[in-house]
Amino acid sequence: MTTSDDLARLVGMGRIGRRDLIKGAAAVGAMGAVERVLGRPAGAAMPKKGGHFKMGIGHGSTTDSLSPVTWENGYTLLLCFAFANYLTEIDSSGKLVGELAESWDASPDAKVWTFKLRKGVEFHNGKTMTAQDVIDSINSLHRGEDSKSPAKPLLSAVTGIKADGDNVVFTLEKGSADFPYLMSDYHMPILPSNGDGTVMADAGIGTGGYKVKHFEPGVRAELERNPNYWKEGKAHFDSAELLSIIDVAARTNALTTGEIHAMDRCDLKTVHLLKRDRNVVVTEVTGTRHYTFPMDTRAAPFDNNDVRLALKYAIDRDEIVQKILRGYGKVGNDTPIAPATSFYAELEQRTYDPDKAKFHLKKAGAEGLTVDLSAADAAFPGAVDAAVLYKEHAAKAGITINVIREPNDGYWSNVWMKKPWSACYWGGRPTADWMFSTAYEAGVAWNDTFWDHKKFNQILVEARVELDEAKRAAMYREMQTIVRDEGGVVVPMFANYVGAHSTALANEGTVAGNWDSDGSKIVERWWFA
Amino acid sequence: MDAVLKMVAQRLALGLLTLFVVSLIIFASVEMLPGDVAEEILGQSATPETVAALRRDLGLDRPAHIRYFEWLGDMAQGDFGRSLANKREITELLGTRLWNTLFLAGYAAVIAVPLSLALGILAALYRNSLYDRLVNSATLTSISFPEFFVAYIMIAIFAVSWRWFPAIVNVTAETPLDERLYKAFLPAIVLTMVITAHMMRMTRAAIINLMASPYIEMARLKGLTRRRIILHHALPNALAPIINVIALNLAYLVVGVVVVEVVFVYPGLGQLIIDSVTKRDIPVVQACSLIFALTYILLNLLADILSILSNPRLLHPR
Repeated sequence: MTTSDDLARLVGMGRIGRRDLIKGAAAVGAMGAVERVLGRPAGAAMPKKGGHFKMGIGHGSTTDSLSPVTWENGYTLLLCFAFANYLTEIDSSGKLVGELAESWDASPDAKVWTFKLRKGVEFHNGKTMTAQDVIDSINSLHRGEDSKSPAKPLLSAVTGIKADGDNVVFTLEKGSADFPYLMSDYHMPILPSNGDGTVMADAGIGTGGYKVKHFEPGVRAELERNPNYWKEGKAHFDSAELLSIIDVAARTNALTTGEIHAMDRCDLKTVHLLKRDRNVVVTEVTGTRHYTFPMDTRAAPFDNNDVRLALKYAIDRDEIVQKILRGYGKVGNDTPIAPATSFYAELEQRTYDPDKAKFHLKKAGAEGLTVDLSAADAAFPGAVDAAVLYKEHAAKAGITINVIREPNDGYWSNVWMKKPWSACYWGGRPTADWMFSTAYEAGVAWNDTFWDHKKFNQILVEARVELDEAKRAAMYREMQTIVRDEGGVVVPMFANYVGAHSTALANEGTVAGNWDSDGSKIVERWWFA
Repeated sequence: MDAVLKMVAQRLALGLLTLFVVSLIIFASVEMLPGDVAEEILGQSATPETVAALRRDLGLDRPAHIRYFEWLGDMAQGDFGRSLANKREITELLGTRLWNTLFLAGYAAVIAVPLSLALGILAALYRNSLYDRLVNSATLTSISFPEFFVAYIMIAIFAVSWRWFPAIVNVTAETPLDERLYKAFLPAIVLTMVITAHMMRMTRAAIINLMASPYIEMARLKGLTRRRIILHHALPNALAPIINVIALNLAYLVVGVVVVEVVFVYPGLGQLIIDSVTKRDIPVVQACSLIFALTYILLNLLADILSILSNPRLLHPR
């Protein structure tokens, strides 16, 4: 019997409570068990079609639009996965599978990638999807001088995209073994081409399971099932309504009074009360989202690795997870790679150790260190409180941290990456390479530690073109060790995605951990039991 | 009557000037906020390159005064322009939301104005009685609590426990009137509770103030009933201050309902202006502010006209 089955059985016998189960399951990486026990039993109900699904989302703004380059919040994420498809997709177990691409092949140097497109897929306007749509969707929105797309840096290595019958061929300047993962990025949906190199970017027309019937930014989107949806066994609801309910109390009330069937981002302070409601199920998934304190490794005193190590030893991660996340999270280990990320390596957990911190301070000749830490709740909810806790922990190691409370407004443009030490969050990326090359490779735009580690950079480039899985795993293990021991980032915690839904809903049994609400694909994956 | 028309013309001209100054102040203050629409839209994922591209695209690379006068020029021709953030026509953006806010404000006013007038008149009539004290303390209590608190209490009782009304107001343009009235009942009641005290107490005070006048004493000596004295002799003369307070509260209903809108997830102007300020979407912020300013100006103008019409001495000045 597997570990997760054991856990499920123990709950059944009343030996362990729900909270213990979640903790235990998170520890052995068996979140499937949690979902099976706390959610609906996986095999109990076959997917049923029908019903009008209403979801309350803690995001959404009047300034949202249907144009992919503007997507930035949890609301647009749910909407885009409902109406559009991508070349590839992260499935609910975190694996990469084909979506509009049936399969793909790489040249031995991982520089030429050929995606074989699915045949007979129709857009909502009746047009059949072709290679030209794929090429125009990528080229016109995410490449080129004038592109405003957040996905632009992901495609910087692409030198050309061309059609080859039903295939689309990407040519890269440098090899990238994880390139198919990048094509699942939510900014890069496949949209219908206008025939002149541009695509219908604002029309809300895709190949997805739901048509956008009505979209009022910041208020609601009304969706109806695409009767010609190509994906089998998905898109069960007849219609769906995505409501933007920013206020968490209003969202919770709406769920408990049956106005909506599911919500994301539960209030961690009151979620224990919500759990008492018999008609509501709370789900919790440890994903890739992590909260960090990046240091500018070029600036004194953070240019000294011993100072960085001292600061890494001077934080009590367990207390931070308990107090800031109220237990709904997992302690970090100073690397951005989560258990849900590909090539995660189980390294020895760094613990709170004021003596070791003092030792490293002495080695650096920086006893009685005083540093400023800039934080605002824009960085992550509870960032200022976390910084104050950190200050208390560090005081025991003889380090004085001045917590500077920064304004939420303009935090990302004026504080993050501008002040030597600040707070930050990352939604996380599905692969180690993606995460590292977004924020840890020397010279990339969001390298928020301004870190330039020769060996790390070298292995990163090598691992990118290595197609042998075992060798890659070893390389990523080494890189994670280097980041943990020599990087400029303190990663105190991974924050769980905590959502709630009515018992009327059922799902496939596993809930994805790459975003809120089952990888933001709840509309396509769930059904009414 | 000419005097009234002249005053209206004067007021409207002054109103235009006020609107101009308001737009200038709003523009300057949004400009002074850190970050611009390009940085706010891109957020954490901004790179210098993408920010520059977005600024070029939106014309934000030009100096502020040029952008302001361009906007003013379009505005003078009745063109509200487009949202910088999602390029939608602002008139389209405002349309349903303005209607929603006006609907809720009107709904609350229809309940609150007659209610507070009646309560106020009765309180003056039975001054210092148990009833008077009860009404005073009840309305003062409800105005003393912040409106989000009142709103949550109402939700806890009427939506969560008793399930009489929905906890969120999920309405669309197609929602029929009766359903709309039902769904928006809780927020309308919350707003009523917030504004009733002010209007009720002004009615009571204005009437009581007049009760000490010689002509009321004369009426009493004639042997009229208290009811007749208050309704026919005191109330018409007390109307001016009452109308002013009502106008002020109605304006508050339009511009001050942000919190209630958020709690009940009501798609009105409040959420729109919050989103637009957060994103530094200047044209939308300007449009909303002008609507708010216009509401104040028009309601105050209306109050003045009504006070003059209700007062023969002001209507026929010598």
